[in-house]
Amino acid sequence: MASEPLQEQLSRPIPDFTDPPAAAPANGAPAYDLAPYRGLPLRQPARPPVPVLGPGAVELTGPVFGPADVGPLDSDLTRQHRGEPLGERITVSGRVLDRHGRPVRGQLVEVWQANAAGRYTHRADRHAAPLDPNFTGTGRCLTDGEGRYHFTTVRPGAYPWNHHRNAWRPPHLHFSLFGTAFAQRLVTQMYFPGDPLVPYDALWRAIGDPVARARVIAAYDPARNVPEWSLGYRWDIVLDGPAATPAEGGR
Amino acid sequence: MSLPVTPSQTIGPFYGEALPVPGGGEPAPAGHPDTVTLHGRVYDGGGTPVPDALLEFWQAAPDGSLAGAPGSLARDGVTFTGFARVPTGRDGRYVLRTLPPGGAPFLSLCVFAPGLSRHLFTRVYFALPEDDPLLPALPAGRRATLLATEDPGTHRGYRFDVHLSGERETVFLEFPCAGRTEESRPSGS
Ligand SMILES: [Fe+3]
Repeated sequence: MASEPLQEQLSRPIPDFTDPPAAAPANGAPAYDLAPYRGLPLRQPARPPVPVLGPGAVELTGPVFGPADVGPLDSDLTRQHRGEPLGERITVSGRVLDRHGRPVRGQLVEVWQANAAGRYTHRADRHAAPLDPNFTGTGRCLTDGEGRYHFTTVRPGAYPWNHHRNAWRPPHLHFSLFGTAFAQRLVTQMYFPGDPLVPYDALWRAIGDPVARARVIAAYDPARNVPEWSLGYRWDIVLDGPAATPAEGGR
Repeated sequence: MSLPVTPSQTIGPFYGEALPVPGGGEPAPAGHPDTVTLHGRVYDGGGTPVPDALLEFWQAAPDGSLAGAPGSLARDGVTFTGFARVPTGRDGRYVLRTLPPGGAPFLSLCVFAPGLSRHLFTRVYFALPEDDPLLPALPAGRRATLLATEDPGTHRGYRFDVHLSGERETVFLEFPCAGRTEESRPSGS
């Protein structure tokens, strides 16, 4: 396991994603609309959330997961079928931490993604790219005693979406995470370093803050390559929200 | 030390193969006599049912314990884990079969949906609690959005609808000690 100190990884310079040039209008319409994604208007609450002063014990605790929930092969998305999926094999690993840098141990991490051609195994995905009979694109694991998670999968393809004409999602993995408090719940997406599609992506652009934008981009880590087998990416995740067990065991 | 948090991103439309599990909405052990059935619909601000929302519930056990237990994703039919996950159907409807929470009389509810930049927290109260720091501070009309209503003619049945926006918008919650950053909030309306 590569041992780059976490702080160093998190304070790495923000990737050099400058705003793409405003594309020349083609047939009167711009090729790209760089407006950040604002979600579906009718699904956005109009009122600000109500602060819970002294949140109840319920939101300061959270569900417990264990080996009953996650099988040992659930974290290898390349071994869920008889054959091997097509695509560039990768491993994605990192640590899950709270805001204070404490590892989030024994908690559930779930992923889902498109296959190497950019198609999800989901009936609602109508993208005209092939399904891969050897790839479902879903995985689960529990973080270990240091908060580490690990997935083996293939690099997902880009796919078009309807945000605006000619919009493509950059390759990404969807992540679902639990902390020790239900209030720490997080669903997010991981992107690949150096990807030219990222700065055009309305969903990535919707993260306004440049530091936060950088937090969703993984690092290529040659030390995590499995020789003759897979390319290694590192992505550490920091959960917001109140931790349930401050300074647990003095760590 | 305070690390920069990882921002939230929408759950998107394609989580369906990954997150829902069989029996995910049935934390009550099979045949338990105290089982309550909570059901309702998720609506958008135009009153249209939301067919692709995902609801997660977390709650105390009937004895008030918040220790939880593993097994929410592969239920053994006996253990009460306190956690449930249930997607809405085509008509925006969900059903939860659970045990009544001990201690504070509410379930914590987290709502995800495509088109929402960030999940929404709320609570489902089965009764008006004696000393609750949240409800009395809310205007009566808004308070009602957090109360499940008894379903007449059913055995321990309750109804609870979620309105993502609009006149009947559900009260959504934040937890200030989280120190949540601006960019992780839901983007504006
Ligand atoms: Fe996606």
